[in-house]
Amino acid sequence: MSMEFVYIALLLGTLIVLALPTGRYIAKVFNGEPTRVTPLFRPFERAFYRMAGVDETREMSWKSYVSALLIFNALGLAAVFLLQELQGFLPLNPQSLGAVRWDTALNTAVSFTTNTNWQSYSGEQTMSHLTQMLGLTVQNFLSAAVGLSAAMAVIRGFTRKNAATLGNFWVDLTRSVLYLLLPLALIWALLFASQGVIQTLGPNVMAHTLEGGEQVISIGPVASQEAIKLLGTNGGGFFNANSAHPFENPTPLTDFLQVLAMLLIAASLPFAFGALVNNPRQGFAIFAAMFILYLMGLGFALWAEGQGSPLLEKLGVADGVNMEGKEVRFGIVPSVLFAQSTTVTSDGAVNSMHDSMMPLAGLVLLFNMVIGEVIFGGVGVGLIGIFFYAIMTMFLAGLMIGRTPELFGKKLEPFEMRMAVIGLLAPSIVLLMLAGLAIVLPQGLFSLNNGGPHALTEILYAFASACGNNGSAFAGLNANTAFYNLTLALAMLVGRFATILPALAIAGSLAAKRIVPANTATFPVASPLFVIMLVGTIIIVGALTFFPVFVLGPILEHLMMQTGRTF
Amino acid sequence: MFEFAKEIRPAVILFMAFTLLTGIAYPLFITGIVQTTMPAKAEGSLIVVDGKIVGSELIGQTFQSPGYFHGRPSYVNYSANGSGASNLGPTSARLMEEVSRRIDQVRHENRLSTDQSLPADLVLASGSGLDPHISRQGAIEQVARVAGARGLTHSAVLALVDQNVEPAMLGILGQERVNVLRLNLALDEATRES
Repeated sequence: MSMEFVYIALLLGTLIVLALPTGRYIAKVFNGEPTRVTPLFRPFERAFYRMAGVDETREMSWKSYVSALLIFNALGLAAVFLLQELQGFLPLNPQSLGAVRWDTALNTAVSFTTNTNWQSYSGEQTMSHLTQMLGLTVQNFLSAAVGLSAAMAVIRGFTRKNAATLGNFWVDLTRSVLYLLLPLALIWALLFASQGVIQTLGPNVMAHTLEGGEQVISIGPVASQEAIKLLGTNGGGFFNANSAHPFENPTPLTDFLQVLAMLLIAASLPFAFGALVNNPRQGFAIFAAMFILYLMGLGFALWAEGQGSPLLEKLGVADGVNMEGKEVRFGIVPSVLFAQSTTVTSDGAVNSMHDSMMPLAGLVLLFNMVIGEVIFGGVGVGLIGIFFYAIMTMFLAGLMIGRTPELFGKKLEPFEMRMAVIGLLAPSIVLLMLAGLAIVLPQGLFSLNNGGPHALTEILYAFASACGNNGSAFAGLNANTAFYNLTLALAMLVGRFATILPALAIAGSLAAKRIVPANTATFPVASPLFVIMLVGTIIIVGALTFFPVFVLGPILEHLMMQTGRTF
Repeated sequence: MFEFAKEIRPAVILFMAFTLLTGIAYPLFITGIVQTTMPAKAEGSLIVVDGKIVGSELIGQTFQSPGYFHGRPSYVNYSANGSGASNLGPTSARLMEEVSRRIDQVRHENRLSTDQSLPADLVLASGSGLDPHISRQGAIEQVARVAGARGLTHSAVLALVDQNVEPAMLGILGQERVNVLRLNLALDEATRES
């Protein structure tokens, strides 16, 4: 066991060591300051602007920024949808796969453009190599780049004063891909490949097994998709089993690199923020709040899963160790670490099956998602989410001391509060309404794989994952039905745009304000007190909204498991 | 003002440019490098015996005969073109029935006493359905059966298991495990020699 804590410490230590310089690098790139690698990427950047007729000095108002962002997403959505419908007529389709059913294709198009990567299909049996590369891999880059761009525009809302603009969406987008996502993906893809992650364009392999059987082995361009799947907090696997599949995640080292990759950019952004507001301590404070929440959840989930199952122990499984849905090369602790990391970020890749985890471990994963994935969070949108909570925290602090709340030198007024509340509550409301609908409709219940309280958790998890743009699943639920494909697509759209659009509106409003000089009555935002209040606000908002349904799902299941009930 | 018309041209051109860059150039570039520097890994670490592909080192396969070590239960019967798991939850009656049945079977096949606990990996299905490994203990429980079926000594088979244990990397990463296909290939080799 102690070795496993060394493993966790090594991982989180590596994360912090890499996130600090990455954060400073991100700050420079989006400020247009030169870095050591700028001479390498700058010519490509300029070529892209020239081709597209982008004037990189043109500044956009928040509404122009939103317009550009929405058009770009609409285009991506249409492209992924069409690719799936036409893949039968297109090249790089060695398995001769036909058009994808329309509701599945629509769900997938929404899923990949919103950085969710919820997959109601089975990858190796549905998508051609061309669709995986040209549709899905591309959106893995672009949806992450859109999230990062939005975060940068929101940060400018805090750093600028008396300004009408938030930067240029096309410039932010281009820099996200060229300076950050693509170089990191190249490094990670090669690291993965060196460990045995496959990368080929050939057709399936036929093996003749030792016992004289035949085994058809699916292969494809996996390493390249795997790298960005994690770095961009996307999570959509090449194979149905995602990162549990040995071709996606063959060794403990690749597993280590996968967890590191999904946390890296999100954990860098608080430091980038600190650098951009010229106050690194503010970045540390936000990182600290995230890190505390991460460790709390991880500790609880490790305890819950490490207990083992009393039911399995009674049957004769040594110590009741819950290996159902887990791989031997990872074991319990790395599986929980992966699950925790994939739900605090919006990644959603899985190296073990969450549906088969202990009830209270599943509860932690749900909690991570329903609070809006702000513990590191998705690339860009995690930071946006934590700003909403920071606004809420300062409002509460303001109420307590009877002053107009301020955050990072900007006065918070009713407009900012309204937008922050929309950003925090809209996804939760849609989540609970759609999950409620699924529970009363036969179309919703028909897809269940489990009974009792676990069935409720299965449905709740699907909508939490969609609204949080996470993409992981209690995969027993058969979500490849018209009902789930369409309701989950709606949930993903709300989860994405009801977060990004209010945030950009807030940024537009804040940028126009002056910066209030700090005085003795200013609440110190870079203090432990702020960190504690922020952590408290996140837990309270999440708990108040979801406690009742948590009791009926995972908590009830835990209690019934202790009494030996099965369903 | 929301200005959609103005942004259409950059949207279309940048979208196409990024599609070419990240959807074609990037995966092909990686494919090129990996296929030239480590072709065997790129193609799936396939194992070839006497000119025939017998499987992949990374992908488990079905073993049922008494003379081979058995891998983990697989919800997809080790079909490597359709990975998957049971996704049965911790209070699933169906899961408990299946586990109970597997426990009986493993105890019966290996002539273990009915009150002996079994390592979890031998009776619980993996996440991928293609897990190539079992734990060392999972192999040890099968040594007597395999040795008996092969006419090899207990200690010879045990030695093969220990030769095929993959340790945790740097003593930290991952748990100790045995690759079932590798072990069974070594077993065939040893049987041929004896």
